[in-house]
Amino acid sequence: MRAKLENTLKKIIPRGRSIVIAIPFAWMILFFLIPFAFVLKISFAELQLAIPPFTALTKLIEESLHIKLNLGNYLFLLQDPLYINAYISSVKFAFVSTMLCLLIGYPMAYAISKSSPNIRNILLMLIVLPSWTEFLIRIYAWIGILKNNGILNNFLLWLGVIDEPLVILNTNIAVYIGIVYGYLPFMILPLYTNLTKHDDTLLEAAYDLGCPPWKSFLTITLPLSFAGIVAGCMLVFIPAVGEFVIPELLGGSETLMIGKVLWQEFFNNRDWPVASAVAIIMLIILAVPLAIFHHFQAKETL
Amino acid sequence: MLRHIIGKLALTIAAVFLVNGALTAEEKILHFYNWSDYIAEDTLENFTKETGIKVVYDVFDSNEVLETKLLAGKSGFDIVVPSNSFLARQIKAGVFQKIDKSKLTNYGNLDKALLKVLETNDPGNLYGVPYLWGTTGLGINPAKIKAVLGDDAPMNSWDLVFQEKYISKLKSCGVSFLDAPSDVLPSVLLYLGEDPNSLSTSMYLDKVQPLLMKIRSHVTYYHSSKYINDLANGDICVAIGWSGDVAQAATRADEAENNVEVQYVIPTEGAGLWFDMLAIPADAKNVENAHILINYLMRPDVIAEITNYVWYANANTASFNLVDKEISGDTSIYPDAETKKKLFIFDVMPPKIDRVQNRIMTRIRTGQ
Repeated sequence: MRAKLENTLKKIIPRGRSIVIAIPFAWMILFFLIPFAFVLKISFAELQLAIPPFTALTKLIEESLHIKLNLGNYLFLLQDPLYINAYISSVKFAFVSTMLCLLIGYPMAYAISKSSPNIRNILLMLIVLPSWTEFLIRIYAWIGILKNNGILNNFLLWLGVIDEPLVILNTNIAVYIGIVYGYLPFMILPLYTNLTKHDDTLLEAAYDLGCPPWKSFLTITLPLSFAGIVAGCMLVFIPAVGEFVIPELLGGSETLMIGKVLWQEFFNNRDWPVASAVAIIMLIILAVPLAIFHHFQAKETL
Repeated sequence: MLRHIIGKLALTIAAVFLVNGALTAEEKILHFYNWSDYIAEDTLENFTKETGIKVVYDVFDSNEVLETKLLAGKSGFDIVVPSNSFLARQIKAGVFQKIDKSKLTNYGNLDKALLKVLETNDPGNLYGVPYLWGTTGLGINPAKIKAVLGDDAPMNSWDLVFQEKYISKLKSCGVSFLDAPSDVLPSVLLYLGEDPNSLSTSMYLDKVQPLLMKIRSHVTYYHSSKYINDLANGDICVAIGWSGDVAQAATRADEAENNVEVQYVIPTEGAGLWFDMLAIPADAKNVENAHILINYLMRPDVIAEITNYVWYANANTASFNLVDKEISGDTSIYPDAETKKKLFIFDVMPPKIDRVQNRIMTRIRTGQ
């Protein structure tokens, strides 16, 4: 009898392993799924002047539950090319920045992984250390560097390379600089983790068989680091699409990104339902690269 | 030894609880959410000294941010400071509670004429008390404008920024527009001789938008606060801006002694007039204290100090003689009767017009 009870209890009470798994699940449910459900709900509501500024989806009328889903917010996004253009423009910004991060980050990660262990930690610290300063302050610092009478222009003028200041601040170029600067560590760190795991004997074998270094890099190192490249690219691409602070501070009037459009829907038009619809569509756009990421991650662990 | 430490610890904990208990029992606290750079340095300190009420002070820099917090509910603030047209909409949303004027012994100090004007937004002046007010006009750097346009530049007119032949030349010394459609678009309507608070979408789409599209490439940037520094540094020569902000730019340029002179002008065609209003959210916890602070801010000496510090006019008739002559004598801050006639008050717009205004602003900014 007692053994039976213990057995059933064992089945009901979760074991250590399932508790450990439950923590990230609970995290995802609490901080992702529930907020997402709220946003999804608001995206089907209608605007009204009240607290909160949107209508309820469900209503009890004479003991029957009425559910009213308003699809107008999504249709509205299709009517005006602004939203589609903003999505395309954001993806373009994120894509170009990701490629730039990869071009700059890959050699850096490679150099760090090939350096002697003593220097390696210092180099890694140099990558991570700037992020100890608040993100906003670092982006503000770029204003001082890039503006017309800023550090960069004054330096170039002093060198005599240019005759009049380059207009960089408040243009798309400044936005690219800001995103690449801000997200570079997210590219370097996963690449570094991947590159240090490589087996150097493979390169030695290739060398012994007369393979030139550039060829062994292309045929051995690069393919092996593919999962690292994908991880780094996703970590840069996904937050860059929704980036708001960098285009707001460094961008100009022609900079069109979905983060700003979302801000305007939410704050200026105070249209929470349309703002939520914008956010949901953005999430769907991001789900595609996330799925690719997941695919490659699963492949790597196999 | 250990016992000694534990004993001390217990005493400390007890002391902390006692102090906390005393504080909560009196509830001498107040949460005040105000515009940034919008109060004198020692106002709140003096208030706490006098009344014993501790003020938790926090700042915002746009009506939209404040409004979002209020509409989300449970903002936790006891006093907020929306502009009059925003207040009007928020009253309709049920955000505020009525102000108990019997607790405001200084209410009589307020300018009756201005209170009358404010009834457009808040009939009976039930929900808001005017704090400071100003106009949306032009910040100019006369020397730079003269250098570009010559001596006959229309410095006192909206022509300067809305006529292509002028603004296209001013581009070389820098032009900034407020990134606030509800300020800029009514000014364009006024310039065109139309009702600045028009409720017709076609008026905005067919009249305002074409004018702004024609000049958009000549505007250096659209921003609602950056222009203060840029005017002061001489990086831009003309800005559509708020009166007090431009006055602050002028003071900064003066202090920096960088040979930049900045002036605020109310264009001869007229300009938009706005008020920032003290109001108490419906769910405020310290309503009594909120009334005490609002009453304090209506004391002539207190509000005069604030005006002297932030260079915005107040609505307190009794304080006028206590305001620095430099400010009270400046017709761009305290307009004379002639100018006042040409000012219009920003009215609250229905969501449809808001959306059209914001959409036009985005199209002007991005070209899309």
